[in-house]
Amino acid sequence: MVEIGHFALVLALALGLVQMTVPLIGARLRDERMMAVAGPVTLAGFVFTALSFAILTMAYARSDFSLQNVWENSHSLKPMLYKITGVWGNHEGSMLLWVFILTFFGALVAIFGRNLPTTLRATVLAVQGSVGVAFFLFILITSNPFTRLSPAPVEGRDLNPILQDIGLAIHPPLLYLGYVGFSVSFAFSVAALIEGRIDAAWARWVRPWTLVAWVFLTGGIAMGSYWAYYELGWGGFWFWDPVENASFMPWLAGTALLHSAIVMEKRSALKIWTLLLAILTFSLSLLGTFLVRSGVLTSVHAFAADPSRGVFILCILMLFIGGSLALFALRASSLTQGGLFQPISREGALVLNNLFLTTATATVFIGTLYPLLVEALSGDKISVGPPFFNLTFIPLMVPLLVLVPFGPLLAWKRGDALAAAQRLMFAFAAALAAVLVTAFLIDGSSAIAALGVGLAIWLMIGALTDLAVKAGLGNVEPSVAWRRFIGLPRSVFGTALAHLGLGLTVLGLVGAICFGTESVLTMKPEQITELSGKRVRFDNVVPVQGPNYNDERAHFSLLGPAGEVRREIWSSRRFYPVRQMNTTEAGIATLGFSQLYISIGETTESGLVVRLWWKPFVTLIWGGGLVMMAGGTLSLLDRRLRVGAPARRSRKGAVKPAVEAA
Amino acid sequence: MTRKQKRLAVIFGGLAFLGAATGLTFVALGQKASYFYMPGDLVSADVQPGQRIRLGGIVEKGSILRGQDATVTFAVTDTAETVKVTYKGILPDLFREEQGVITEGSFGPDGGFVADSVLAKHDENYMPREVADSLKEKGLWQHNE
Repeated sequence: MVEIGHFALVLALALGLVQMTVPLIGARLRDERMMAVAGPVTLAGFVFTALSFAILTMAYARSDFSLQNVWENSHSLKPMLYKITGVWGNHEGSMLLWVFILTFFGALVAIFGRNLPTTLRATVLAVQGSVGVAFFLFILITSNPFTRLSPAPVEGRDLNPILQDIGLAIHPPLLYLGYVGFSVSFAFSVAALIEGRIDAAWARWVRPWTLVAWVFLTGGIAMGSYWAYYELGWGGFWFWDPVENASFMPWLAGTALLHSAIVMEKRSALKIWTLLLAILTFSLSLLGTFLVRSGVLTSVHAFAADPSRGVFILCILMLFIGGSLALFALRASSLTQGGLFQPISREGALVLNNLFLTTATATVFIGTLYPLLVEALSGDKISVGPPFFNLTFIPLMVPLLVLVPFGPLLAWKRGDALAAAQRLMFAFAAALAAVLVTAFLIDGSSAIAALGVGLAIWLMIGALTDLAVKAGLGNVEPSVAWRRFIGLPRSVFGTALAHLGLGLTVLGLVGAICFGTESVLTMKPEQITELSGKRVRFDNVVPVQGPNYNDERAHFSLLGPAGEVRREIWSSRRFYPVRQMNTTEAGIATLGFSQLYISIGETTESGLVVRLWWKPFVTLIWGGGLVMMAGGTLSLLDRRLRVGAPARRSRKGAVKPAVEAA
Repeated sequence: MTRKQKRLAVIFGGLAFLGAATGLTFVALGQKASYFYMPGDLVSADVQPGQRIRLGGIVEKGSILRGQDATVTFAVTDTAETVKVTYKGILPDLFREEQGVITEGSFGPDGGFVADSVLAKHDENYMPREVADSLKEKGLWQHNE
């Protein structure tokens, strides 16, 4: 039974080999029949990969310990949800998920790309297929999840307890949808380089696919951050850990790509740059996969360190990054550049955005890889921590954030910075008021905190100003403005919403970092402590028996002004006997946008060690991420994209001009 | 401005920007990159009181002392040198005597190390990488699986 999964994977590899060669040759020879192979082969490859994945999932669900992978990472007593999510809670399974999502995106291109020029479609699918082949080989040669054990053990070794959480069901699939989603724009770029031309259909296609990947990656990173926050029990949400950076770099580059793709789509300028950025973004995704999967880093994410795997992924990395960049160097000059613009214009603003974002990506890149490089060259061990990123990344981000509200208010081609500044007067006044009010409330103790709040308000009101200006609020009758507002293209709402989300995230970060308080103490039952005006009573500790763990659960009460119980909070230390591991399950009470966070340590003579945090506005960090996702999704639903993509006429070369968004 | 001048202005603007970013990166790397120290490294390194570092090593046997109100003191050693660490907070689940540990904090004016976070082994197979490698170099590594 399980062998079917293995065979399906081998078949998918064989199909991938066909997918990467036949259509490509067909596209060179202009042979319609050879190019027509691409679609069905891609779909078949997807079906077989899905089958393989489904069979591994079945093996987990039925606790088939004759599979080494299941034995190492599962346990018969584990709840069903964690049995299933455990499929990708290990190296082999997560690589299978990776390649499964890759074939999924390939299938999407095959289905939705029927209207693309045939040679472009064939080449794109071939490139997509070649990435698939590399990873199928990687799985089959170094990380086969279908390796059998004989005799089969009776019981499994259980999943790492830190991963036994709902977060594992959401974070990796979202993150991979983002990582791997960038493979589509990569494949389009490489195809354009192979073909030697960029046409309108190409430009129209890259943006939505980038947007899809970006939405998922945003969700994946936000979810991962929240998961680390509540699961690790340190109350931190971002550690500048190399593994986090590995997912953050493609996000930064992808955000830059998203913006430069707008210029390319609307003004057909920055073509070569967009193409390069698409290649770099997916290269950073591959680099992230390498960093996490090769075991060069030790972290919760590195499930196993096996040098042969590292070398294999490094080869894949060099092949694709080196290959695509070499192709770029050879062919980029043959592509035509178009669309001139003044420095002060929408295009200029987006170029500036790209400059900031790619430089920021570079600093994160250096901070992440420099220690590895130094160690490889000289053997010295250094560790680059938050101080480095605070000194490089933040100074780059702050000016970018200040400039964000200007961008959408500038006209294409030639903008008027003064007029944009005048329109932003209200946002500026609101931000200034926020700075003053904050400074007054905290007695001027922290200028950075006050300015941070101002920046967040500036971003949020600035985003709304864009909508108001485009609706003509103040210039026309309110009823007319309302009708115009309703009629604005969805991509305009998408932009405003995404920028609003950015402001929310900034507000959450400033709130949690600058205004958070914490205290550590030992508590005896019935003792009451106070933190930032919140009175918390420690009641007792109760032992609780879970399905595959023992809990030592402490009960706390958040007290109201009259001593009544406003909220009950449970915080526990959990012991997993199979792995002999403890985990901390923090107790969190959400009050508005803020959270009270309690984690407990051991019981000493003077009582239970308790650490409490008050984190104002902390939920906005991830809430802002959700708003950004909503903005991206809204932009995807834009009529322009729906009309544009399936237009059958475009095949004859008569491309319908895109509807101008304001 | 002519087109040529404009283009030059844009190019120089971009270069100046990249230069500033590079400068920032170098300053940051120069100052903050060496972030991890073993007790033995501190003899020769110039670490100022108040400068934030990571200090790694093994928790010395018999050195863990619990004080009042969740304060713990222990000694971090690489067998040659030993540093006394004070920490207030929740110790990680696998914090033990004679196990690898990384603490983060700074030296106080009195020469004692005050940590605000302590990382220990994550599970039985995981030891902070810097510590594991340093111990292997010094021949103190015992793999206990």
